[in-house]
Amino acid sequence: MKRKAVFLIALAGQPNCGKSTVFNALTGAHQQAANWPGVTVDRKSGWCRIGGHTVEVVDLPGTYSLTSLSPEERVARDFLFSGEAALAVNIVDATGLTQGLTLTLELREMGIPLIVNLNMIDRAEKEGLVPDTALLADKLRVPVVATAIKRRLGKRSLLQALANRLAVPQNSEPFRIDYGPLEPWLEEIERKLLVEPGEPSPSPFPARWLAVKLLEGAGMKQGLCYPSGLEAFAAEQRKIITERTGERPETHLARGRYRAAAAIAAACRHRNVPKGRPLSERIDDVVCHRLAGPIILVAVMFLLYYLSIVQGYRLTAYTWPLLAQVRQWVEAVSPAAGFVDIPLLRSFALWMTDSVNALLNYLPVFFVLFTLIAILEDSGYMPRMAFIMDRLLRRFGLHGQSVLPMVLGGVYVGGCAVPAIMACKGIPDERARLATMLTIPLLNCLAKVPLYVLLINAYFAPHKGFAMFFIASISLLLVLPMAKLLSLTVLRKKEEAPFVMEMPAYHLPTIRGTVAKAVARLWLYLRKIATVVVVVAAVVFVLLQFPGPTAEQTSHYEDRKGKLLAGFAEAVAGTPYAALAGEEKIMPLLLYGEAYRKARLKARNAGETAALHRRYAEQNPFFFRIVQPDGDPQTVKVNRAWRRLAAEREFLLADRRKERFEDSLLGRLGKQMEPFTAGAGFDWRVNVALLSALAAKESSVATLGAIYAQEEGNAPLEGRLNAGASGLTPLHALALMIFMVLYPPCIGTAIVVKTQSGSVPWMLFSLAYPVLLGMAAATWIFSSGRLLGLSGVQAMAAFYGLTLCLTMLAAIIGPRHRKGKGSLRGLPAGKIERVECPQGVPPPRCPLPQGEAKT
Amino acid sequence: MLLHEMKPGEEGMITGLDSSEALVRRLLALGVCPGLRLRVVRNAPLRDPMEVEIDRRHLSLRRDEARCIEVKPA
Repeated sequence: MKRKAVFLIALAGQPNCGKSTVFNALTGAHQQAANWPGVTVDRKSGWCRIGGHTVEVVDLPGTYSLTSLSPEERVARDFLFSGEAALAVNIVDATGLTQGLTLTLELREMGIPLIVNLNMIDRAEKEGLVPDTALLADKLRVPVVATAIKRRLGKRSLLQALANRLAVPQNSEPFRIDYGPLEPWLEEIERKLLVEPGEPSPSPFPARWLAVKLLEGAGMKQGLCYPSGLEAFAAEQRKIITERTGERPETHLARGRYRAAAAIAAACRHRNVPKGRPLSERIDDVVCHRLAGPIILVAVMFLLYYLSIVQGYRLTAYTWPLLAQVRQWVEAVSPAAGFVDIPLLRSFALWMTDSVNALLNYLPVFFVLFTLIAILEDSGYMPRMAFIMDRLLRRFGLHGQSVLPMVLGGVYVGGCAVPAIMACKGIPDERARLATMLTIPLLNCLAKVPLYVLLINAYFAPHKGFAMFFIASISLLLVLPMAKLLSLTVLRKKEEAPFVMEMPAYHLPTIRGTVAKAVARLWLYLRKIATVVVVVAAVVFVLLQFPGPTAEQTSHYEDRKGKLLAGFAEAVAGTPYAALAGEEKIMPLLLYGEAYRKARLKARNAGETAALHRRYAEQNPFFFRIVQPDGDPQTVKVNRAWRRLAAEREFLLADRRKERFEDSLLGRLGKQMEPFTAGAGFDWRVNVALLSALAAKESSVATLGAIYAQEEGNAPLEGRLNAGASGLTPLHALALMIFMVLYPPCIGTAIVVKTQSGSVPWMLFSLAYPVLLGMAAATWIFSSGRLLGLSGVQAMAAFYGLTLCLTMLAAIIGPRHRKGKGSLRGLPAGKIERVECPQGVPPPRCPLPQGEAKT
Repeated sequence: MLLHEMKPGEEGMITGLDSSEALVRRLLALGVCPGLRLRVVRNAPLRDPMEVEIDRRHLSLRRDEARCIEVKPA
């Protein structure tokens, strides 16, 4: 049904008018999300059938007007302007009719085919505001359909109205608003336009609307060429209007529209007596209360973190076995391992499976997280969060709406930068948005935790509590000053948007709406991230695998293999199992034994063990006698020989792996880097571990494990690291942990930075600056710690104190924008002008029907 | 009087907007239009931003932005 749409309709409306609910109701599951070209604004489209035709529905970004020139408004305006849509549906929140109608009137002035959908009519009725739909349709001269889509009311009549309208395609007669004092200017420009229409000619839009846009100075250039000199003329007239009336043209125009909207709204309401303070305001008495507000905020954030990161992670216990099964299946179908040689295809298949599994393992966490965020968004709590936190975060160059991304990124321990950076979309201010996006990777994501746990257990075991607290809070103490530094330097010139925002009424989120949102985001995540991770994993594999062993090494391992096999042959000689000697014969036994041991580890009780034994005995009774000897001395002897051989082979493989790491391209790179990392105390092994963590940070521990695999056998990695053989001290470990805190974002995160900032240079910057910062911090802490003879814990405490001072300093460095009355930060003085409502000019100039304005 | 000088609970009429073009457009789009009455609902826990109500709509704005709005107290 996709892509063969006969008609295209656009949904336009103000934020919080229930537009996405209508969109979901119309299109159901047939949706697709993308970006509008050139901007990072979501472009959602879907498909549905109306009147026997397939219709594509485009959900335009929610905008209050089409004049204030934010990226969203530009996108919405240009799309409506392009004439692609056969019909526009303007969704209006019935509870805020006046404000909603200001956008409706702008659309009506354009004269495009339009239907007005008065949504949330149930809420309006509850508040005692019952709009007269027929009268409204009459006044606006377009069809008006009342719905309460969330309550599943009115969808059919909306579809019917759409079908009727599509069957008879025609423009709506443009609506004419009386702009009072501006009329002479509008008439003059209109006249000029009619004499010399410009390109394209004839223009599909009414001359009056074009004249309004010219006077508004809203830069309507795309796709339209005004007659020569008209724009310059309009700009001149704008100045004259400002001088003569004391107000800018856009203020006159906004007021004209508001007045018209208010008059229509007042006429169409049966009753206009809102009873008492609205419920949302009473809720806010608690939610935004001086003391209760911050407490509730912390509680909500903790709950979000707890449910998604902690409880969501528990869900992975149910999904992991599925992924493990996939791995088993891959193991089974890929070419079997030889005694020393693991076929390249086998290791590649397993490596890729592991890489993808590591990513898929987080899906339950993300699903819970995305659902909870959707609930927060739909309920209307987000703006409250920004309201409470803005003052504090602004001190660090961030924004009130940076709270949520920071919590998701792991303000405490364990978050994920990918959804965190996706959540930055809501921050309207470009500077604060970039500052948030660029610093979030410094927070403690889940994947950094294994390395912390490993190093703390190995080197800071006596001070475990302090070390955990240190690592959990140090990242925030690095993020805040860093955000400040970035916004004072590289982001200095970025645009700041006004903070002014609506605090919409609270809504009860619907299950369907939130789940749909969560699934859509999960899918986006999978599509964008999975492909890239697969490619990067393949590249890292090649770097770790090649150039491969030299002839000398190969013969060395062949020698060792020969000795082991000979030893085994000697041990089994003279027993009934003598036929097993020789590589081809012994391999099936080794693989059988390996599988048996793995299965045995999983058996949880005697019953399961018995079943397991039956299965393996049935599969191969001959081998089973060896791995599970029944007391016959000869069999016991062979069993011992088999066990020794299997263990020796493990060592042999580990040695090879280690050697291959060392000789691989990545290993060589690690060695090349030693001169630069020596100051931080990192040797080539650590370098290789850190390099392999580029694709996914979980890899750092796995790689360290592979490199430090040693002859002592199966001691846990902590023990092996601390045994002294590694040559690392707690100070080394601290430097390594600090570097991990400041580690550049993983590939997945980098991709999201690219899509959300819309720029490759910012992605590269987000990758590069943490490396430099991390190297500097690690080198500094290691070198000065060693110079001063500090122990690991002492250096830890000193570093903590320093960052704490740094954070406070960053908070004290004042906001630079408090220059003088009325001047907003960073704006050239020339752009600031004074406009006011002239004294002694009441109603005609500042007019509203009595009772319309809140009393 | 400027909006940021008003206390929670106080009401007044907007008489002028005095700021950069971007902020004025944004304010107008959100319905902060000279001639309308407004009421200060509350201040944020740290006093900044503040919440105002205009024609049954609730807006939150920073004090820096509020100081660009001239108000005649009622």
